[in-house]
Amino acid sequence: MTGFIRNRPIVSAVLAVVVLVLLGMSFPIIPETQQAVVVRFGKPVRIYNEYEPGRPIGAAGAGINFRLPFAEELVRIDKRVLDVDMQTQQVLSTDQRRLQVDAFARYRIVDPLRMYIRARTEDQLKEQLRPILGSEVRNELGKIEFAALLSPERQGIMDNVRTSLNRIASQYGVQIVDVRIKRTDLPDGSPLESAYDSMRTAREQEARSIRAQGMKQAQIIQAQADAEAAKTYAASFGRDPDFYDFYRAMQSYRSTFIGENGKQPAPTTVILSPQNDYLREFTGRPR
Amino acid sequence: MNILSGWGARARGLFVDNKGPWGPSGSGGDEPPPGDGGGPWGEPPRKRGRNSSSEPGPTLDDFLRRSRARFSGGGFPGRPDASIFVWAVIALVLLWLVFTSVHSIAPAQRGVVSRFGRYSYTLQPGVGITLPSPIDRVKKVDVDNIRSADLGGGTDEDLMLTGDQNLIDIAYTVRWNIRTPELYLFQLAEPEQTINQVAESAMRAVISGVTLRDAMGDRRADIEIQVAETMQRILDGYRSGIQIQGVAIKQADPPDAVNDAFKQVTAAQQDAKSYINQANAYALQITAKAQGESTAFDKVYEQYRLAPEVTRRRMYYETMEQVLGKVDKTIVEAPGVTPYLPLPQIQRTEKKGSAQ
Repeated sequence: MTGFIRNRPIVSAVLAVVVLVLLGMSFPIIPETQQAVVVRFGKPVRIYNEYEPGRPIGAAGAGINFRLPFAEELVRIDKRVLDVDMQTQQVLSTDQRRLQVDAFARYRIVDPLRMYIRARTEDQLKEQLRPILGSEVRNELGKIEFAALLSPERQGIMDNVRTSLNRIASQYGVQIVDVRIKRTDLPDGSPLESAYDSMRTAREQEARSIRAQGMKQAQIIQAQADAEAAKTYAASFGRDPDFYDFYRAMQSYRSTFIGENGKQPAPTTVILSPQNDYLREFTGRPR
Repeated sequence: MNILSGWGARARGLFVDNKGPWGPSGSGGDEPPPGDGGGPWGEPPRKRGRNSSSEPGPTLDDFLRRSRARFSGGGFPGRPDASIFVWAVIALVLLWLVFTSVHSIAPAQRGVVSRFGRYSYTLQPGVGITLPSPIDRVKKVDVDNIRSADLGGGTDEDLMLTGDQNLIDIAYTVRWNIRTPELYLFQLAEPEQTINQVAESAMRAVISGVTLRDAMGDRRADIEIQVAETMQRILDGYRSGIQIQGVAIKQADPPDAVNDAFKQVTAAQQDAKSYINQANAYALQITAKAQGESTAFDKVYEQYRLAPEVTRRRMYYETMEQVLGKVDKTIVEAPGVTPYLPLPQIQRTEKKGSAQ
């Protein structure tokens, strides 16, 4: 053996390479993330590492597998959860309002053989699923009112989409794991503008009512205070209205002619008649 | 040197893609011309053609062909010493074994071991020993590291519809880490994109159930929790091995187009508050004044009742004294007399002017 290698290094190297290549071709490695369809002269014969629900990771399937070199071809198909993004769709609700909806679906290829027959490659599968997803979403969402469109999950609408999408997808060997609305937007232009307008007017209305409420409360507080003061005055002054009249007149003279709190009143000239009560004694009238 | 580098590259080349120094120009020019099929290392065209149909075939084959050409041409000018060659190979193989079978896993990491592509087990932090590389491969996954994804906000407005059909511009961060590394590696095709999409979907679903006011203020914490829970539920449904650590709303504002209207509301709230404050101040003042005046009246009235007539006169004279003491007085004797009124006025203004 060693002698042969020594004497004919080139031949032995070629042989080694051929053996290695044949080994590599015969025992392909299938990673955990893939499943593989073995196709013999165009006819699918075996599936390796096929997805089975509930099977733990690391169970038999992935790893080294066998194929006949040259005669069989290995088609590798993703085993993981894949996603397909829908193009943004305009959905018309039953009450004739428009909404732009962006949805995505998560799916898994559960039947690689069927998927291989129907769609050949994963990219083509995606291309075929995308319009189906779009039309299903549009159909289901078109059956409901605008208000319900905003939260379709709650109504089980997305479950309907998933079920009907699954029916079609199963023809491709695909199981839809989940369909979800990513975004719902009002379309640009007039619907968006009118939404802005309604928000704006709602805010203006709110601002006005807040101001009016504030004024109302302020007025009530003032009136209560006035009433309180009047009550206090009445309770006190009502005991002797005549004396109150006199007392208040005195206060009033003072504040008018002298000024209160350091405020100077306008200069005043008082013309008194000698008959004035104040000057009664001034005239020196006899007692 | 040629031998070493050649074998090293060859050994590596067996397991990695053919991206070494083996470009067509690097093969030394000793390669036979493509038409020469008779040489010992020439490729039979038939074989080449068939190999190209299977995926790993052509690259490996191609590479080996070129490396062989290099070996027999430039690599061995004379017959080298065989023992050097053997020792070099043994050393390289040993190095290879050591480097590919001993793995140090950092405390935050887990090592997912797959044997020929099939998941085998997960290495815990520390030093882990596996079979060498082509058999066992270790993928180190950082599980403790909390990653965050920023969504919404930014340059383009991310508007969401609230339950009361208003629009809200919302920006938030999702923090997550990997709970089960093997699930994370093998179950989801595009984990990060998935997280972003699921986050957006969950946030939108939750926002569509609350009013604008709640989303902007009072119930933010509530919304964050709900979004995190929804996301976790969806991701668990995918068996993604991802743990959502939390969702934080960074900003929840009305869209720019209507921001002014919202500012007006704030201004109105402040206005209303100031009206009420003013009213309260007035009320305090007016009641205090009433209490003060009535108490003063009461006190005087107590005294007045003891001697009404005298008190009344006294108050009258005192007031008059003060009043008339401060004002200009003119006493007119008889009716029909027109006094020269402005005189005292002029006197006083003159006095004022000189005082200044």
